[in-house]
Amino acid sequence: MQRNPQLNAQGELQHLLSIEGLPREILGQILDTAESFVGVTEREVKKVPLLRGKSVFNLFFEPSTRTRTTFEIAAKRLSADVINLNIALSSQTKGESLLDTVANLSAMQADIFVVRHASSGAPFLIARHVKPHEHVVNAGDGRHAHPTQGLLDLYTIRHYKKDFSRLTVAIIGDVLHSRVARSLIQGLTTLGAPQVRVIAPQTLLPSGVEALGVKVFHDMRAGLRDCDVVVMLRLQNERMKGAMLPSAQEYFKNYGLTAEKLALAREDAIVMHPGPMNRGVEIDSSVADGPHSVILPQVTFGIAVRMAVMSIVAG
Amino acid sequence: MRLAIKNARIIDPASGRDGVGDLHVADGKISEEHARPDRVIDAKGLVAAPGFIDLSARLREPGFEYKATLESELEAALAGGVTSLACPPDTDPPLDEPGLVDMLRRRAKALSRARVYPLGALTVKLEGERLTEMAQLAEAGCVAFSQANAPLANTQVLWRALQYAATFGFPVWLRPQDAWLAKDGVAHEGELATRLGLPGIPPFAETIALATMLELVRATGARVHFCRLSTAGAVELMRAARREGLPVSCDVAIHHLHLCDMDLGYFDSNCRLEPPLRSARDRDALARGLEEQIIDCACSDHTPIDDDGKHLPFAEAEPGATGLELLLPLTLKWGEARKLPLAKTLARITCNAAQVLGVSSGRLAAGAPADVAIFDPKAPLRVVPEMLKSQGKHTPFAGHELAGRVRYTLVAGNVVYEA
Repeated sequence: MQRNPQLNAQGELQHLLSIEGLPREILGQILDTAESFVGVTEREVKKVPLLRGKSVFNLFFEPSTRTRTTFEIAAKRLSADVINLNIALSSQTKGESLLDTVANLSAMQADIFVVRHASSGAPFLIARHVKPHEHVVNAGDGRHAHPTQGLLDLYTIRHYKKDFSRLTVAIIGDVLHSRVARSLIQGLTTLGAPQVRVIAPQTLLPSGVEALGVKVFHDMRAGLRDCDVVVMLRLQNERMKGAMLPSAQEYFKNYGLTAEKLALAREDAIVMHPGPMNRGVEIDSSVADGPHSVILPQVTFGIAVRMAVMSIVAG
Repeated sequence: MRLAIKNARIIDPASGRDGVGDLHVADGKISEEHARPDRVIDAKGLVAAPGFIDLSARLREPGFEYKATLESELEAALAGGVTSLACPPDTDPPLDEPGLVDMLRRRAKALSRARVYPLGALTVKLEGERLTEMAQLAEAGCVAFSQANAPLANTQVLWRALQYAATFGFPVWLRPQDAWLAKDGVAHEGELATRLGLPGIPPFAETIALATMLELVRATGARVHFCRLSTAGAVELMRAARREGLPVSCDVAIHHLHLCDMDLGYFDSNCRLEPPLRSARDRDALARGLEEQIIDCACSDHTPIDDDGKHLPFAEAEPGATGLELLLPLTLKWGEARKLPLAKTLARITCNAAQVLGVSSGRLAAGAPADVAIFDPKAPLRVVPEMLKSQGKHTPFAGHELAGRVRYTLVAGNVVYEA
């Protein structure tokens, strides 16, 4: 088995490609560093000079507004120069290969590549081919991983619940296609959350999902009972008709989060969502905007977490 | 030209012969006559066996000359002791016209290296809709008909194709895989694919297709060879089919005897293969099935791919690996792990394959074609891709320490390779 390609010979974080295989200490280091940056984002001058003179290339092979923007803000708050490349619309359509694109940008003196790609594992391929001083941060690859989202979810949970060792967390919805779910599950199991549940119909669960360390529920009411944290996943429009699911209505009826179902969870449960939300499909507006929802704080923490990741890999 | 191979450990899996002695060759055939030879090869400490027969090796011509050429791949075959090979029809254009097959045969013959047995396309352009002119393709030199890895989703077409082939007694080679269940999949559906977020191909994509095909064999009487089995379930279906006496045979790729899905590691595109590497349990069942001769042969499923085809994210990478030069060492490794005598091990790449192919080589009996591989079964072989003769340098075995080096290869009594 190869060495974990994210860590350098000293065991330090060289790239952030996946939460899987990262030691607990490194997750703790990222979350602690993020905590120190939350203060920065609340100051009037929201900048620290940690990455001054460094260049961050946002390489988005798949369209994204939200994640790209938060990476951009995070890099700017670290005083880095940010270059946004919407590759979905440029070189890929001209037939340039992924590695050629990266080699060209590398010749322009990049320090960090923030990569989003529709194909699982693409950031690993890039990380294998970049120069030693260059760093790759995975901003979502296929169904595989979205480690900064997973980390911001972990940050949010730690912020509200303090300690992972007694938590019951339920992740609800399209786990099959979700890189967010995979990263969060790996983070939670690494940090010692005793019970992680996934709740979905069989068509939205990957085979052997139990091996990730989760307990499977098909009945949402049973799965929500006594949960401390409820994480809703986005259901893509294209999954809602065809062989995965018969209709959005039927899905909402069985797996949509309503106030009535949420009442089965613990009284102080928090509700999270990686966004963008489909109101009325996976989550009812009254819950999304209700007192248990921490969906907007997640976004704020996301900037601090991305600052932490970039400052650690390139610092 | 008369040739004598002296002091070799002569192994002829077809007859069970295994002993030190001399092997004589005259007029391109194995000979019992011991007349004065023109050349003597001292093979002390080496094994002399029938040249290996590879049931699947892509030569990439016509159409993919930038990935490999007939010259480079037939050279690789000889370096691997492979003296006969069947090439699948998935060239560009596919081998669906007699003219193309004729040209390929002529080109191969002119190079006078390994013997090339083309498989004709079962359907026009391998599209799975219209039958090819099988009788004319057979006249041009096709030994069997195949879809290669192209799907044949329409069971009506499959049924008719088997009926038509059976009419003329043409064998059909099929890789069982349900086109719908395998759609978009790139890895074995299981824990690893789940962890890596790779779209999976469930094992029942193979067994459902195989069960359907076996039913059509019963209905049509067609002679069918099943290619590249990858699942334990398929081995069990084949076991029952043999017991029933159906006219079927099957093979497994050498990769699948040694590797499983866990070897994908961190998205190693060298492990992007068709069919996908499956679970350790499947791998072990295939290795056992080959030992029990439920599976007749091992093949290299040689597929030369250029760097551009492999330096891609896993799912986008072109499936396949180079294999001609690894067929012997990987077959030996399998035999050693199963504790088989060398003659039994070698049967899987000699006489058993000759039987599937319907050729008279693959044995060392007097009068058989003098296709011989002389090799050192113990010589260490570290797999260094750059040192392979094949233009395809991509293999999941890069860096592995294997054993088995070919010293001489003879085709029709001519020494065509020595190292």
